[in-house]
Amino acid sequence: MTAATTPLHYLSLADAAAALAARRISSAELTEAVIARAEAVEPRLRAFLSADPASARAQAQASDARRAAGGGLGPLDGIPIGLKDVIAVRDQPLTAGSRMLEKFVSPYDATVTGRLRDAGAVLYGRHNCDEFAMGSSTENSAFHPTGNPWALDRVPGGSSGGSAAALAAGEALATLGSDTGGSIRQPAALCGVVGLKPTYGRVSRYGLVAYASSLDQIGPFGRTVEDVALVLQAIAGHDERDSTSVGAPAEEFAAALAAPSVPRRLGLPREYFGEGLDPEVAAAVEQAVSHYRELGCEVREVSLPHTAYCLDTYYVLATAEASSNLARYDGIRYGHRCAEPRDLHDLYFRSRAEGFGAEVKRRIILGTYVLSSGYYDAYYLKAQKVRTLVRRDFLRAFAQVDALLTPTSPIPAFQRGEKADPLAMYLCDIYTIGANLAGLPAMSVPCGFTRAGLPVGFQLIGKPLGESELLAIGHAYDRVHQWGRRHPNL
Amino acid sequence: MSYEAVIGLEVHVQIRTRSKIFTRVAAGYGQEPNTLTDPVVLALPGALPVMNRAALDAIIKAGLLLGCEIAPVCKWDRKNYFYPDSPKNYQISQYDAPVCRGGSVEIELPGPARNLMGEHKRIPLTRIHLEEDVGKLNHGATESLVDYNRAGTPLMEIVSEPALASGEEAYAYLTSLRATMIQGGISDCDMEKGQLRCDANISLRPVGSTTLGTKVELKNLNSISFVRDGIEHEIRRQRSVLERGGRITQETRDYDGMTGTSQSLRSKEEAHDYRYFPDPDLMPVVIDAPWQERLRAECPELPFDRQRRFLADYQLPYTQTSVLVWDRPLADYFEAVVQLGGAPQAAGNWIINDLRRELAAAGVDPAASRVSPANLVALLRLIDSGSILNAAAKEVFVEMFATGDSPEAIVDRRGLRAAPTDSGELESWCRDAIAGNAKAAAEFRSGKDGAINALKGPVMKAAKGKANPKAVDETLRRLLAAG
Amino acid sequence: MNRADLDLDALARLARLALSPEEKATFARQLAELLGHIERLSSVDVSGVEPSAHAHPQHNVWQEDTPRPGLPPVAALRNAPAQRDQMIAVPKVVE
Repeated sequence: MTAATTPLHYLSLADAAAALAARRISSAELTEAVIARAEAVEPRLRAFLSADPASARAQAQASDARRAAGGGLGPLDGIPIGLKDVIAVRDQPLTAGSRMLEKFVSPYDATVTGRLRDAGAVLYGRHNCDEFAMGSSTENSAFHPTGNPWALDRVPGGSSGGSAAALAAGEALATLGSDTGGSIRQPAALCGVVGLKPTYGRVSRYGLVAYASSLDQIGPFGRTVEDVALVLQAIAGHDERDSTSVGAPAEEFAAALAAPSVPRRLGLPREYFGEGLDPEVAAAVEQAVSHYRELGCEVREVSLPHTAYCLDTYYVLATAEASSNLARYDGIRYGHRCAEPRDLHDLYFRSRAEGFGAEVKRRIILGTYVLSSGYYDAYYLKAQKVRTLVRRDFLRAFAQVDALLTPTSPIPAFQRGEKADPLAMYLCDIYTIGANLAGLPAMSVPCGFTRAGLPVGFQLIGKPLGESELLAIGHAYDRVHQWGRRHPNL
Repeated sequence: MSYEAVIGLEVHVQIRTRSKIFTRVAAGYGQEPNTLTDPVVLALPGALPVMNRAALDAIIKAGLLLGCEIAPVCKWDRKNYFYPDSPKNYQISQYDAPVCRGGSVEIELPGPARNLMGEHKRIPLTRIHLEEDVGKLNHGATESLVDYNRAGTPLMEIVSEPALASGEEAYAYLTSLRATMIQGGISDCDMEKGQLRCDANISLRPVGSTTLGTKVELKNLNSISFVRDGIEHEIRRQRSVLERGGRITQETRDYDGMTGTSQSLRSKEEAHDYRYFPDPDLMPVVIDAPWQERLRAECPELPFDRQRRFLADYQLPYTQTSVLVWDRPLADYFEAVVQLGGAPQAAGNWIINDLRRELAAAGVDPAASRVSPANLVALLRLIDSGSILNAAAKEVFVEMFATGDSPEAIVDRRGLRAAPTDSGELESWCRDAIAGNAKAAAEFRSGKDGAINALKGPVMKAAKGKANPKAVDETLRRLLAAG
Repeated sequence: MNRADLDLDALARLARLALSPEEKATFARQLAELLGHIERLSSVDVSGVEPSAHAHPQHNVWQEDTPRPGLPPVAALRNAPAQRDQMIAVPKVVE
């Protein structure tokens, strides 16, 4: 499909940037097309929690004025980009998908928000997500579920389901999500777009509503690997407001794609292709593996022996950190406060009971348990040690291969309400959690559809701070197949 | 049975930094409510802490001053508990890897008399760690109002071993600790502003026993005197309970310094389980030798060390040293004068009596004194050489303080120079005095040395006070011997 | 399946969460199942393994002690459910 025949709202970011730079289109036109598209699909899709079209139009006009004055800011200037509603935007609502923050308005910008503004992006749309980013289907949003653009009765994945769905449905040209255990990659796979979780610390977490601080990372969704590289370039880099931000200078991620691709060594971790993997997903991923073989890549099986413990390690560490991170939501300084509290005690207990949904409460209780006196060593400390072993597994594998290739999600998009049991839902993340525990960059790239027309993605996991190489490897497949440019019939 | 008290102190000292410990909004006291906040202080969704280097410098310095072992690596932990003054409902603190372990605070107990040095002891420390202060609650009739200005101020918790035996020792401990913190530039330690806060753990045990009795925590001790009085009160209370055959219940008591009474604070409904774990938002701190050495170079001499040196090197009286060493700018001033050649004891007298009087009257610091050490040395030289008399020198000093002029300029301007010693006038005044006081002259000649003083008065009177006493004395003796 | 060591009332108190009897029953069952799964960690040999608090350990990450402007009080209190005299109002705190 060429840029000429593609509706504006379905352009790739790179194509739109080229059109804007050549003055073939204006940001105002592009933004208007995206707004119109959102108005058309939102009643059915419900990917947004809020949107401010007036602000988007003003930002688009400002972008056009910059370009008219000869001062375009770069590839993102004038591009409508939406944010998961866990990323702070000054004077805009920030709900984290929770009743607790239903009326909260952020008085400050997240670092990534500031960087997108500096790049000239038109911020439009705050996306639905599982409450406090806890979930894999966006059904845990306190406000409403979001449909999968390819099958509205199915989930878009989660927790960044709104951001993946909005992009797949043409309600933005790129979006930002957050990923703690797979919350960018799994919805990217389920919605048929590219989603990247950068190396832990590559992108500042300042202004990201914290779920599990040692695992959370903001990352981009794009229609192509190139688009993801362009957005990453704008948001990555050291931030003095985030102590966990890595000092490494932001690289020219997009430029790295243009470099001649050399055959790479790819590893297939045998623990990621076992029981529970849907055969159609397995087949689509195998097709992608074949493509890499044809490109001259050496593909070999590797082993990550502690994979079986990743899920358990994750649920100990993530819930422990969450139980502490979410203590600030107490109805005192901001957020939901219960009506007529009898006393302070009552205020705490009822505000939090009313403000949080079941999944959040469940994780707070579990996290409180694993940190409590007498259990810390058996659970939290043990999990931190297993985390060390998980990371060692990955680093050992990277001595033999340049990247790991795995399915992103064991199954394609499932029916809403299908996974009522928490453990069944948690198993959606078995392939994605490892990269969070080890702090590695990982990306989901679309690689086809099931017979029922549901998208499938494969995951590439790279070395620490190896985004450039990871993007180059992903691009070698994506530039040929471009599954992310296909549109749902919506 | 006789009992002895075992007391441990937990002292919180606010570190004097310009910005808060985990964010860069200004730290301060006495501002309008909620004017010193930002997303980090208020724990807004998405806010993250970043360490303030100066707070670390300060605690390392405190540790070096108190002889602590400085941890090569320390980390941050979250202490989880809900309270409205704690914006995150966890406090960033240090649980099992504090910056400082061990060390001690040297104390001096009251001596047998004011001018005699008392017994010295070293009170061992358990640890010192860094944490963030909480906000302030203002209690009304039906609601409490929270001001977060104080939240996030860097705070050191200095924990002593249970090694103090009395309220008097606690008083001496806090006096010494406070001076060390102030002189190290670590804190202003103003207890009224909450910059130094103290809780005491007190238990009694039979004399000779080595196990600790049930301890009571005493809170709300908001002056050093109240700490002493509160502890003494608690010791008496526990002793009377024990002597009546009662048992001490472990509790927290609130001491009211105004009434000298204490009462039990309602026992907490639940046992605390702080669920400490390493704060994932902050990175560990590695304290290497060069960092320590840089700070060691900034550490002042400890007050008691300085006092020992002043006593040994300058032969100052104990009372003078115990004024000087607790006031670092004053002691520094003294040393500057001595360095420039001022006689230590004379300098000590002038500084402690005259300079302090003028400083107090003007309400300024020694550092801001207009009497430069060089000018004080010049004044001492004028006196020593007989160029001015003591009474005149006092006047000169007052004017030096007021104007900052040199003593020579003031002496000349005001004609205060003592009469020249070779003047024939002096000899004639002396002859007149001997002639007019034959009885005293005779007594002197018969061996009563003190009788000479009766002759000096008339000479001074004739000289209108400007005669050099040394010259007067010499001239009288020469004439009496000759005559 | 429930667990004796999972005292939901105590945990809910620590977490300041009011749980309904239904929530308690559901959570007890679900958390017991999750903990049963998580307990597989106990079989991992971690002797001599250091715990990882961060995936990418760094140290001495700090800022210099130079103040920056904060939030004006109006912005600081903008989301406060109750305020008085430029302070956050809460039910009277009894110590």
